[in-house]
Amino acid sequence: MTAREDTAIPAAGNSPAILARAEAKPARRLRLKWLVPTLYIIFLMLPIYWLINMSFKTTNEILGGFSAYPQNFTTDSYVEILTNPAWYWGYINSLIYVTINTVISVSVALPAAYAFSRYKFVGDKHLFFWLLTNRMAPPAVFVLPFVELYSSMQLFDTHLAVALAHCLFNIPLAVWILEGFMSGVPKEIDETAYIDGYSFPKFFVKIFMPLIASGIGVTAFFCFMFSWVEMLLAKNLTTVAAKPIAAVMTRTASTSGYELGLLAAAGVLTIIPGAIVIYFVRNYIAKGFALGRV
Amino acid sequence: MAKITLDHIRHAYGPVSSPADYALKELDHVWTDGGAFALLGPSGCGKTTLLNIISGLITPSEGRVLFDDRDVTTLPPEARNIAQVFQFPVVYDTMTVRQNLAFPLKNRGIPKEQIDARVPRILDMLGLSTLADRRAESLTADLKQKISLGRGMVREDVSAILFDEPLTVIDPHLKWQLRAQLKTLHREFGHTMVYVTHDQTEALTFADKVVVMYDGEVVQVGTPQELFERPAHTFVGYFIGSPGMNVLPVTLDGATASLGGETIALPGGARAPAGTKTELGIRPEFVKLGAEGLAFNVTRVDDIGREKIVHGTLGGHPLAAILPEGAEVPAEPRAAFAPEGINIYADSWRVETGA
Amino acid sequence: MNKTINNRAWFLVLPVLLLVAMNAIIPLMTVVNYSLQESFIAGFWDWVGTRHYEEVLGSERFHGALIRQFIFTGIILVIEVPLGVAVALAMPKKGVWASVCLVLMALPLLIPWNVVGAIWNIFALPEIGLLGWGLNELGFDYNYTNQPLAAWFTVVLMDVWHWTSLVVLLAYAGLQSIDEAYYRAAKIDGASRWAVFRFIQLPKLRTVLIIAILLRFIDSFMIYTEPFVLTGGGPGNATTFLSIDLVKAAVGEFNLGIAAAMSIIYFLMTLLVCWLFFTLMNNDRERQS
Repeated sequence: MTAREDTAIPAAGNSPAILARAEAKPARRLRLKWLVPTLYIIFLMLPIYWLINMSFKTTNEILGGFSAYPQNFTTDSYVEILTNPAWYWGYINSLIYVTINTVISVSVALPAAYAFSRYKFVGDKHLFFWLLTNRMAPPAVFVLPFVELYSSMQLFDTHLAVALAHCLFNIPLAVWILEGFMSGVPKEIDETAYIDGYSFPKFFVKIFMPLIASGIGVTAFFCFMFSWVEMLLAKNLTTVAAKPIAAVMTRTASTSGYELGLLAAAGVLTIIPGAIVIYFVRNYIAKGFALGRV
Repeated sequence: MAKITLDHIRHAYGPVSSPADYALKELDHVWTDGGAFALLGPSGCGKTTLLNIISGLITPSEGRVLFDDRDVTTLPPEARNIAQVFQFPVVYDTMTVRQNLAFPLKNRGIPKEQIDARVPRILDMLGLSTLADRRAESLTADLKQKISLGRGMVREDVSAILFDEPLTVIDPHLKWQLRAQLKTLHREFGHTMVYVTHDQTEALTFADKVVVMYDGEVVQVGTPQELFERPAHTFVGYFIGSPGMNVLPVTLDGATASLGGETIALPGGARAPAGTKTELGIRPEFVKLGAEGLAFNVTRVDDIGREKIVHGTLGGHPLAAILPEGAEVPAEPRAAFAPEGINIYADSWRVETGA
Repeated sequence: MNKTINNRAWFLVLPVLLLVAMNAIIPLMTVVNYSLQESFIAGFWDWVGTRHYEEVLGSERFHGALIRQFIFTGIILVIEVPLGVAVALAMPKKGVWASVCLVLMALPLLIPWNVVGAIWNIFALPEIGLLGWGLNELGFDYNYTNQPLAAWFTVVLMDVWHWTSLVVLLAYAGLQSIDEAYYRAAKIDGASRWAVFRFIQLPKLRTVLIIAILLRFIDSFMIYTEPFVLTGGGPGNATTFLSIDLVKAAVGEFNLGIAAAMSIIYFLMTLLVCWLFFTLMNNDRERQS
C-alpha cells in the first residue's frame, strides 16, 4: 500500500494560510520589526543627550528654564574639570584602581578556572558555588567591615584597597566566565601539548590562552565594567589620595550648592572610558555575552 | 511527488564578469517523478547551491525551476511543498516524537482525525512507534534524523524530499542502517528524493541515478553502474571507486594508443580533435597482471584482505591494479588492459570509441 | 568533559581562594561578631546573643524595607526580562547595524552608578529635566521629590533604562547560537511566528534566560547607589530598599549591632535565592548533556 492511496489530504498546494504567509510582503513586516530596537535606542539615548545638553550650559541657564539645546553654548564646565586637579584626579584614581583590579582578577582567575574546568578535586563543586555566592554579596553588608579590614592593613585610602575590595565580586565572575570558555576547549589539546614536551606554563601561555582569547577579552570587559561602576565601596574606602570620581562629584554637589553644569560635564566624562571599552570589544559582544555557555 | 525540471539554470553569487564567476554552470535537466537522485561531488562543487535552488532558498541568476510544469523559481521554500532533512538533526526538542510529526499537519489546518490516522503510519514506517511519546530532546542523533525525515514524509502533498548530507553526524555503525531504511522508504512511498553527499558509497547505494558534480558543472548523470563502467569525465573515474580509475596520458593513433614506448590496442579505435590532451582511463579492476602485456614496475602492494592493490608505474606514470585474494604478484609482472575497461578522454571528456 | 582527579589542582585555585576569602570571610566574621553584641560605652562590648536579630526581624522598619524590596525586584523583573527578549528578537542578526545597535545598547551598562542616579535625578526634575518637564506639560502632576508614586515610577524607569540592555545582550547572544537550519525547517513546516518563538527560540534561550533572571534578581535585590542618588530613599522612606536601609542604620545611625544583624539576614536571603537558581542551572546543564 503506497501513500497514494491515502485520501482527503490536499494533493497539491499548501493551506491558504501558509501560502499567504509566504507571499506576504516582506517589506511590511521588516519595517515594523526595525522600529523596536530604534525606539529602544532612542529611549536609551534621551537621558544621555540631556546630560550632554546640560554640560554645555551654565548652571544659571539650566535653573533658569527649560530648553532643548544650549542657548548660550559654553565649554566652561569641561575646561574646569580638565584643568582642575581636584577634578581630573578623580578620573585618574578611578582608572587606576579599575585597571589594577582587572589585572589581578583575570590573572588569578585564569589558573583557577583551568582547575575547575579540567580537574576533579575534593570540594570542587562546593568551592565553585561558594565563589559564586560572593558575586551575589550585597556591598552594603561589607562597607563597614571593609573599612575596618583595610584600615587595619594600613591600606585605607589607597588604590590597592579598592582594587582588592572589588575582587570580592569580580574574581568569582572572572572564574565563572573563564571556566565556561575553557570548557569549550577539548582536553585533547592539553594532552597533545604535554606529549609534545610543553611545560605547563609554556602550554598555558603559548597554546591555551590564544584559544580562549575572546573569553579573556569578555572577562576583562566585565571586570572593568563592574569595578568602574561600583561606587559604594570605592567611596567609603577612600578619602583624599585615591578618591574616585564619584566622591568628587558628590562633594561638589553638597559643598557648592548644585553646580549642575559642572556635574553634567563630569558625568559625560565618566561615560567616555566605558564607551571606548565597548568600542574595542564590539566584535565580541554578540558572541562573548553568551559567556561560553550557550 | 513531482517531476523536477531545471531549465537552463545558472547561478553566480556575486557580480559576473566572466564564465568562471558562476558557482553553478549551466544546467538543463529533468528529474523524473518518484526517482531517487544523489548529487555527488567534493566540497565546493556546487551541489549544495543546486540543492538550495531546488528547495527555494536561492533564486537562480538565470533559468527556471519547475515542479510538475509549474514555475516555482521565485517561490520560497515553504510554498514549494518540499521537505528537507539537514546535516544535523533539526527537531522540536520540547515536543514528543508524535507531536513533532503532527506539527506540519497541524499548521496546515488538517483535521485531527486525519492527523491521528497519518502520524502512526509514519511512526511505524520509521520504527519510532515505541518512542512516540518520548520528548525529542532525549533521543540520539540517528533517531532525531528519522524524526526530521518523518516530518517531511508526513505531508501527503510533498513534491520532493531533499537531503543535505544527512548522515554527517550519525555514528558510522548506524549509517548503513539509516541508509538502507531510506532506500526502503523510497521504494514504499515513492517520493522524489534528492540526496546531496560527498560520500560515494552513500550516493551509489541510495540513488537510482547519480549526478556527479565538479567545479560547478554536472559532469555526468547515470546509474551507479554507468558511472563505474563508463565514466564520462576523468573526474568521475577518479572520484568513484576505491581506488579510483587510472588515468594515463597517451598519444592516439587511430586504433592504438601509445605511452612511453608501449602500445595499447584500442578496440574500435578512437579519434580525438587535434591539440587536445588525450588520456586513457582504466579502472584497476580491469588491469590484469600476468606474463603478457605492458612493462610494469611494482612499487607497493596493499593487502586489504579480500583483494590486493598493486601500485606501480607504467612508462613512468602511476598505475594501480587489483589482484583477487590469494593471487600472487608475478615475478616479472606485465599489465594487460581488459578491452571493455578502456576509456579514452580528450581534455578530460570521454570520447566514444568504436567498440 | 572528562575531568581527571587531581587534588594538586588546589594550588591553582589558591590565589583565588585567598583573595576572595580575605574579602569575604574576615568581614563576615566581623559582622557576625557585631551582630551578637551591643556596645553601650564606646569600646566596650557585651554579648547579647540573638537579641539584635529578633529586633530586626520584628521591626516594622525592616518589614517595610523588605516588602518594598520584593515589590521593586518583582516589578523590574517583569518588565526587564520580556522587554529585553523582545528587543533581542527584533534586532538584526548581522551586519553593520547590528554592531551599532549593540554598542549603543551597551552604553548605559558602563555608566558609574552614581552618575546613573545623577542623570535621572536631573532628567526627571519637574522644571529642568526633559522627563519631568515633559510629563508636566502632558498634564500629569509629576514631582518625584515629594510624591511617593512618582518616585517609584522614576526609580523603576531608571532601572529599566539602566539594566534592560544586559538582558538584551544575553538574549541576543543566545539567539545567535540558533542555527539557521531550525528557522528553515520551521518555515517548511509552516510554523507561525509565535510557534517559532515558542518551540525553537524560547527553549534554546532557556540557559541564558536563567542567567539573566538570576543576575537581575540578585543585583536589583542589593541595589543601593542609583536610587540613593536619585531619591535618597524618599520621599520619606517610600523608596528605601534593603541596602539603603542597611547603610542608613550602619553609617547614618551608627547602630552597628542592628546593622550587623540586618546584614546577616540580608546575606542569608541572597544565599538562598542563589542556591535555588544554581540548582536549577545545574539540572538544566545535566539535562542537556
